[in-house]
Amino acid sequence: MLDIPPHSFYAMLVVLGLLLTATTCRLILARSKPEKDYTELRQRIQSWWWMIGILFVCLVISPTAAIILFAFISFLALKEFFSIVPTRQADRRVLFWAYVSIPIQYYLVSIGWYGMFIIFIPVYVFLLLPMRMVLIGETKGFIHSAGTIHWAVMLTVFCISHIAYLLVLPIENPEAGSIGLVIFLLFMTQFNDVCQYIWGKLLGKHKIIPKVSPNKTWEGFLGGVLTIALVSGFLGPYLTPLTFRFSVMAGLLISVSGFIGDVVISSLKRDLEIKDSGTLIPGHGGILDRCDSLIFTSPLFFHFLYYVNY
Amino acid sequence: MDRLLKILFFAFIVRPIVFVVLGLNLRGKQNLPLQGPAMIAANHNSHLDTLVLMSLYPLSKLHKVRPVAAADYFLKNRFLAWFALSCIGIIPISRAGRQRKAELFAGCHQALDQGDILILFPEGSRGNPEELSEIKRGIYHIVHDRIDTRVTPVMMHGLGRALPRGEALLVPFNCDVIIGNELPEAETGEQLVNEIKAAFLELQKYCITCRQA
Repeated sequence: MLDIPPHSFYAMLVVLGLLLTATTCRLILARSKPEKDYTELRQRIQSWWWMIGILFVCLVISPTAAIILFAFISFLALKEFFSIVPTRQADRRVLFWAYVSIPIQYYLVSIGWYGMFIIFIPVYVFLLLPMRMVLIGETKGFIHSAGTIHWAVMLTVFCISHIAYLLVLPIENPEAGSIGLVIFLLFMTQFNDVCQYIWGKLLGKHKIIPKVSPNKTWEGFLGGVLTIALVSGFLGPYLTPLTFRFSVMAGLLISVSGFIGDVVISSLKRDLEIKDSGTLIPGHGGILDRCDSLIFTSPLFFHFLYYVNY
Repeated sequence: MDRLLKILFFAFIVRPIVFVVLGLNLRGKQNLPLQGPAMIAANHNSHLDTLVLMSLYPLSKLHKVRPVAAADYFLKNRFLAWFALSCIGIIPISRAGRQRKAELFAGCHQALDQGDILILFPEGSRGNPEELSEIKRGIYHIVHDRIDTRVTPVMMHGLGRALPRGEALLVPFNCDVIIGNELPEAETGEQLVNEIKAAFLELQKYCITCRQA
């Protein structure tokens, strides 16, 4: 029934194993130091179980189920974006059309119409939304609004839909299948966050952009980039059609762009003077807090892969 | 029968809308009064306000949660009256102001006597989207001679964008729902009004969706 390609199956087992280890560590920690409060750590790990559980179930059921999941994630992210970023009351109907772009974009993904998938939002939605705004006729704040709305759709719908498109690409590594590409991208992106954090904690001295993220350092960034390039080099040939050399390059790309995504969303939150973009995921914040790096890594990894292999 | 109808209506229509189409940034959930008699004073921007507040309660408690709503608006035709009374369970109140106070609030007192949790919007009407209007004193006349009922302030933000007054198109937005601590007992109507106003302004600081263009 469930014909998961073997490499993807093992990768999923490893991820579940890592989660199990995290939970075990937390339980040991909580037992050895009962006086400390580990609520946030518990929430964080619990949320990871949920997120990874939902993702894996959808991936295993069928590509369609996974595409619907990513469409839903786009919806949550776009909604969160519109909720925290100022939009004019007059633009309600424009925002409604921005939401309508989600089912269309993911439908294009599901039928594998690459040409339309790649231009639908940058061309058609881009030109259509200001048209709808003109029909409403409120010109005060027009430029600001047009920019905000299109930026939101690009980040949360266009960029995230690239993950879904990985699922409909022709399979070139049958041992890993299309699930392998998705797991590779998601795992490397999240692992990059972790590595940059750990290297920063261990060696961090020189701040990289103190105004945006005072905790980010050159040491953390470079440590993360090197670790991810190396890990990616070995993992890439196993889970993707990329060779060792191209996998290292993909790792560099994911690591650098993941960092950029992280700090771009941080700047946005700083501008709005909020700490988290929502409260949807306990211990993590909102969906944008969780997908920040992914928004940048997905299209870049996708197009690298597409250029090299298709 | 009405209780079942209410549970079905909330389980299959209201909750999916509130938690999926919208989405809440909920803070202070532990302050929500789960046992009546109690009174929730919330700011009012949208019809969704009531539905959101009621969705915070477990389905088994739903029949104890009673919004106080304008009779002239919600009882104006038979369908709306059936919907408001059976599906939501409102306590209708006249806004015409010709009745004596005791008569006017009789329904509220009766509900509080049986341990219900009342939802009241002291601003009276929905007003302009996302703006606080003046707080009215009616709430004081309900609680001032009841030692068993305390007022819990709730600040909501974002619902006036999702479904403002006079609009039929629901646009998805996350909304803030910030529940404050119970207010102390007030000596005068003015004091209560000021306390509610102060609480709203305080709770507003925790809203993350209120940067308006």
